[in-house]
Amino acid sequence: MLITILFYTFAAVLVGAALGVVLSRNTVHSALFLVLAFFTSAALWLLLEAEFLGIVLVLVYVGAVMVLFLFVVMMLDINVAQLREGLTRYAPLGALVALMVIVQIVYVTWVRRLGLTADMAFPSAEPLRGTQGSNTEALGALLYDDYVLPFQLAAVVLLVAIVAAIVLTMRSRPGLKQQDVAKQVAVRKEDRVRLVKLPAEKGP
Amino acid sequence: MNTTPVAGAADFALVAPEIFLLCAACAILLIDLWLPQRLRQVTYLLSLVALVVSAVLVAGLPGERMTAFGGTWISDPVAKLLKLVTCGTVAAVFLYSRDYLLARGLFRGEYFVLGLFATLGIFVMVSSGSLLTMYMGIELLALSQYALVAFDRDSPVAAESAMKYFVLGAIASGALLYGISIIYGVTGTFDLDELAAGLDGSAATNVGLLFGLAFLMAGIAFKFGAVPFHMWVPDVYHGAPTSVTLFLGAAPKLAYFALALRVLAEGLGSAVQAWQDMLIVLAVLSLVVGNLVAVAQTNLKRMLAYSTISNVGFILLGILAGTPDGYRAALFYVVTYVIMAVGSFAMIVALSRRGFEADRIDDFRGLAQKSPWFAWMMLFLMVSTAGVPPFVGFFAKLYVLQAIVDVGFVWLAGVAVLFSVVGAFYYLRIVKVMFFDEPAPGLAVSASGSFRFLLSVNALAVLALGLFSGALLDAINRALP
Repeated sequence: MLITILFYTFAAVLVGAALGVVLSRNTVHSALFLVLAFFTSAALWLLLEAEFLGIVLVLVYVGAVMVLFLFVVMMLDINVAQLREGLTRYAPLGALVALMVIVQIVYVTWVRRLGLTADMAFPSAEPLRGTQGSNTEALGALLYDDYVLPFQLAAVVLLVAIVAAIVLTMRSRPGLKQQDVAKQVAVRKEDRVRLVKLPAEKGP
Repeated sequence: MNTTPVAGAADFALVAPEIFLLCAACAILLIDLWLPQRLRQVTYLLSLVALVVSAVLVAGLPGERMTAFGGTWISDPVAKLLKLVTCGTVAAVFLYSRDYLLARGLFRGEYFVLGLFATLGIFVMVSSGSLLTMYMGIELLALSQYALVAFDRDSPVAAESAMKYFVLGAIASGALLYGISIIYGVTGTFDLDELAAGLDGSAATNVGLLFGLAFLMAGIAFKFGAVPFHMWVPDVYHGAPTSVTLFLGAAPKLAYFALALRVLAEGLGSAVQAWQDMLIVLAVLSLVVGNLVAVAQTNLKRMLAYSTISNVGFILLGILAGTPDGYRAALFYVVTYVIMAVGSFAMIVALSRRGFEADRIDDFRGLAQKSPWFAWMMLFLMVSTAGVPPFVGFFAKLYVLQAIVDVGFVWLAGVAVLFSVVGAFYYLRIVKVMFFDEPAPGLAVSASGSFRFLLSVNALAVLALGLFSGALLDAINRALP
């Protein structure tokens, strides 16, 4: 009962925060709403006894990604009014499409049912919840045992992302002054210092 | 699910080509870093060697179906065939791209490294035995593609199309992932074999599964470029550098075919009634829209993009038959389509020069007078894509039509034939422009000897495969028994 109440509270806050991300006028507010959304999702995960995922979500997304995001948002001068124009123009169409999808879903699942069944006996569908040991240990065992291949492939995906980001951003512009540390260190006295013999001035 | 043993040597033996390809790509990335620009050819040659060696390793895999890493990896004859064709296609794309990239100052090592990573992504998709591995392969391929489309950083059109591709691709990935998570929620497994074993006839009426399937289907259709998820195709094909269009239009289609085959036919085979209807809608719309809109195009790249959409309709027709015959026909179609698409896009590259893209249909005016040989090669490719015997495109269409008539979709076959006739119009228009119009000023084939040779082999292969279509059919029958 308590868990149900908590779930609906957090879920309501999450939906509200998500709406805030999309609808708030100030981009910094949007980013902060996103932080709230992450926090409430972490709380939902904790309710599911997935402590590790909940904590990682807060640490990685709130701690690292969102801070970076806030920096970017504050540094870029994004014209909100211009972006807003698009939203107000396309909002009715978007709402119409969303409404149609919702009506279709409700129609198929509740109104007509179309001979659909809601439950299906599936042999391997057993919840991991409440099983042996700590959550982190169970996750680690899964990642490095059953899912070792997809896990390694995820690393390759990240590598490609790095390569792609560098390819698209790094370029040598002509006329750009660059500092070559090796050259600076390797410079010898003779290259830079020129001793000029000047005759001493005659005293008056 | 929890009883699978830790991966052993036998598991790693089955992913040897992928491990090699990954190591080779990383090594080439590092070697390229230390090469001066004048030795950039080394990167290019090493990439080709990497593809050849992986093809040899793939050919050495066992011929029967085996699984590895607790069922997340499948090694079977279909995967073997598709991987070999992928290696060949990507190698051809690299060979075709060299001059194009050199002429535009785009000859950088990352082009080939990203191409190799995309190949790895295709390999992973083709061999994945679980939805999770599949998703990793999709992302690996997609990320490489986004970067390749934006490769020409000074071109605003390329940047715009890359942005469009990236945003829409991310939404499609989201839909796909959402579908996968719903299917996991309903069945409790990612494993395609477990899905196939656990689902029975009632699967087609299960609400949860259908929800997941609908999202999954939207993702698959987007990746394939099937109508109504096709909006990105013409813009991306048009905006990307032609050498990248060459890549996008060919090899990934093999991977998306594998995606549809593995997920729909193997994993959710018992829900065939559910996905058959969805595929019918996608296939018919793709045939209609692809062929009709292609007629109105004046840009050859856009025309070929719409032609891709209509060909995807045919591939989906083969899959929706839901029979081994249908899958074989679709496999035949996708393999032959890839050969024809590589050749057609390579023709645009052949006529392009520094600062000039021969991507308008008008640019091909009077090619027969300037370069009769290439005009004939282009004729072969166009006529084959249109589906005229004795070229291989005809047999591809024939097998698909046979497969769907066998399962009773005569009206679908009628629609397919009708719109193939519409399609023949715009392919033959290219032929008319090449042979009966006055030459365009400045028209010339400015390609190197190896390029000319490869393009001729490519176009003649379309004829040879048509004359000896039994050989390819045998290979496909062995791959998909």
